[in-house]
Amino acid sequence: MIFRVFEKKELKNFFEVLTVHNRIVGPVEAGRDKKNNPIYSFTEVSDFNNIKLDYTTTKLPAKRYFLPFHEDLSTFRIDNGDWQKTIDYNANQPLIFFGLHPCDINALNKLDKVLLHSVYPMPYYAAKRKNMFIIGIDCVPQPFCFCRSMGSDTALHGFDMFITDLGAKFFVEILTDTAYNFLKNIKKEEPREKDHVLYMKAVSERNKKFTTKVDTTDLAKILDMEFQSEVWKQWGDKCLACGTCSNACPTCYCYGVEETVDIDLKGARKTKMLHSCNLIDFAEVAGGHNFRAERHSRLKYRYYHKHRGFVEAFEESLCVGCGRCGESCLSGIKVPEVIASVRGGKVK
Amino acid sequence: MRAKKADTKTYLGIPLYRPKVAFFEFSSCEGCQLQMVNNENTLLDFLSLVEVVNFREAMTERSDAYEIAFIEGSITRDDEVKRLKAIRKNAKVLVALGSCACFGGVNQLKNRFKNLEWVKKQVYGKHPIDTGAVRAVGDVVPVNLMIYGCPIKKEEVEKIVLDLALGKSIVVPQYPVCMECKANENICLFDLGEPCLGPITRAGCNSWCPNSGAGCWGCRGPAEDANVEYMKKIMKEKGFSEKTILERLDCFGGFKTK
Repeated sequence: MIFRVFEKKELKNFFEVLTVHNRIVGPVEAGRDKKNNPIYSFTEVSDFNNIKLDYTTTKLPAKRYFLPFHEDLSTFRIDNGDWQKTIDYNANQPLIFFGLHPCDINALNKLDKVLLHSVYPMPYYAAKRKNMFIIGIDCVPQPFCFCRSMGSDTALHGFDMFITDLGAKFFVEILTDTAYNFLKNIKKEEPREKDHVLYMKAVSERNKKFTTKVDTTDLAKILDMEFQSEVWKQWGDKCLACGTCSNACPTCYCYGVEETVDIDLKGARKTKMLHSCNLIDFAEVAGGHNFRAERHSRLKYRYYHKHRGFVEAFEESLCVGCGRCGESCLSGIKVPEVIASVRGGKVK
Repeated sequence: MRAKKADTKTYLGIPLYRPKVAFFEFSSCEGCQLQMVNNENTLLDFLSLVEVVNFREAMTERSDAYEIAFIEGSITRDDEVKRLKAIRKNAKVLVALGSCACFGGVNQLKNRFKNLEWVKKQVYGKHPIDTGAVRAVGDVVPVNLMIYGCPIKKEEVEKIVLDLALGKSIVVPQYPVCMECKANENICLFDLGEPCLGPITRAGCNSWCPNSGAGCWGCRGPAEDANVEYMKKIMKEKGFSEKTILERLDCFGGFKTK
């Protein structure tokens, strides 16, 4: 691992270097809420001044850039009874992510396990994932974050370089040769002892700000035991079954596929649409049968996939603890409270 | 607008059945039918999939030989009941087109007044017409298919008609508008302090109103598993008055609040 430090103003120069030949996605202010707090979102940026590196968290993850809400898997041209199929992985240009927090980088690492390193990798995801350059940045933990409990508060891999604010300078951890080569374009130096001290101070300051905890001890086992718990019904009564939690989640990847014919009958397409296990349509099968017709059972399975099934398969949770689902849920269904209620046997 | 036999379309070499369709309006603004002829770039393709034999808003010819009848509007008068029953007899498939036909639409708001005679006087003054309580099409005759929305979404109707022509099953979203709104990356209206029925209203409009910064009014009626009671509680907790909540829920008649 290579470490460097550089003056803060160099970051703008670095952006300028990258933006010459690349598309850059970064956190920007999309608007203000009713209390005049900024609402952040990931979007394509061409002006460095629009990037808000001190962003709290975005409402939605950067998911649409690697798992789009809607994506054509294949298209067909139909001529005189014959047809021609076209497959496009929709990754025509590399994409630079400028300022992902550790939770979002860990989310990608978790998705990799399913969509990249499994028996049947998903080429649409792989093509995009392999064409990413990721600049991570340390966050300021928010009251709703519980990434620490999920072991996602630091990112060890899955990025190209990671920067930490040391006050006057940025500390950068370089993980790939791409990052090393890009960084040749700006003024930087080897960190000295005092930079190490500043780095460790920044880390311990950040550590103090994690306030929300989730007890994950033996959680997979406890979920198994509490499958019939009354609390699921109580959370289900609150659930709006709107799918917002899944759309706000950086690791929810479930989808449906629909085949449609163009109105001129000259084309057809197979389209993937991100779905949510909380939707009534999710578990409906041929004949109109629905094996998860009740809200509480759908909500429960979302928790079982994140905190039990994935743990069993990969020895880690699929939840990164970003807290986005709880923040966007109008019913106020939040992971720390749901897990606590399962452990305690009642909803507070 | 009528096409000859030679115009029959094929898909992958297989000729498509071209159903005879008719459009009828009852108590409504005819805005849904207008939507049908609105989308000029796909209009000819759409018209080549069906044979329109009756469409007052678009053609002068009329015929009672149709298989699919699209009904726009709610039913408010005795002569409408008679006409609708006759259409039902002629049609193999009867489609309720738009919120008025599906739920009574904005028109059904008048049912909330105890004295309908008083309503009539307020609205028509010295020029009274024969009009009674508002009913959805399905309350008068059996309906085979509902196409939701005020107005309907042209793209959705095109997809439904195309699926009918191709013999595919018709799938409409059962989930709520939130799903589409998030995919469009809109800022949640509740974050902006605005009321919205997106979490309980059936999707399919591609979150038409929230895309323009306006909260959903529920014109497409409830989603299949809508948690209306808890939604009311949430809106109340967020500081919206009973009146604001009821105004939204009552507006199109899809939500039963009485």
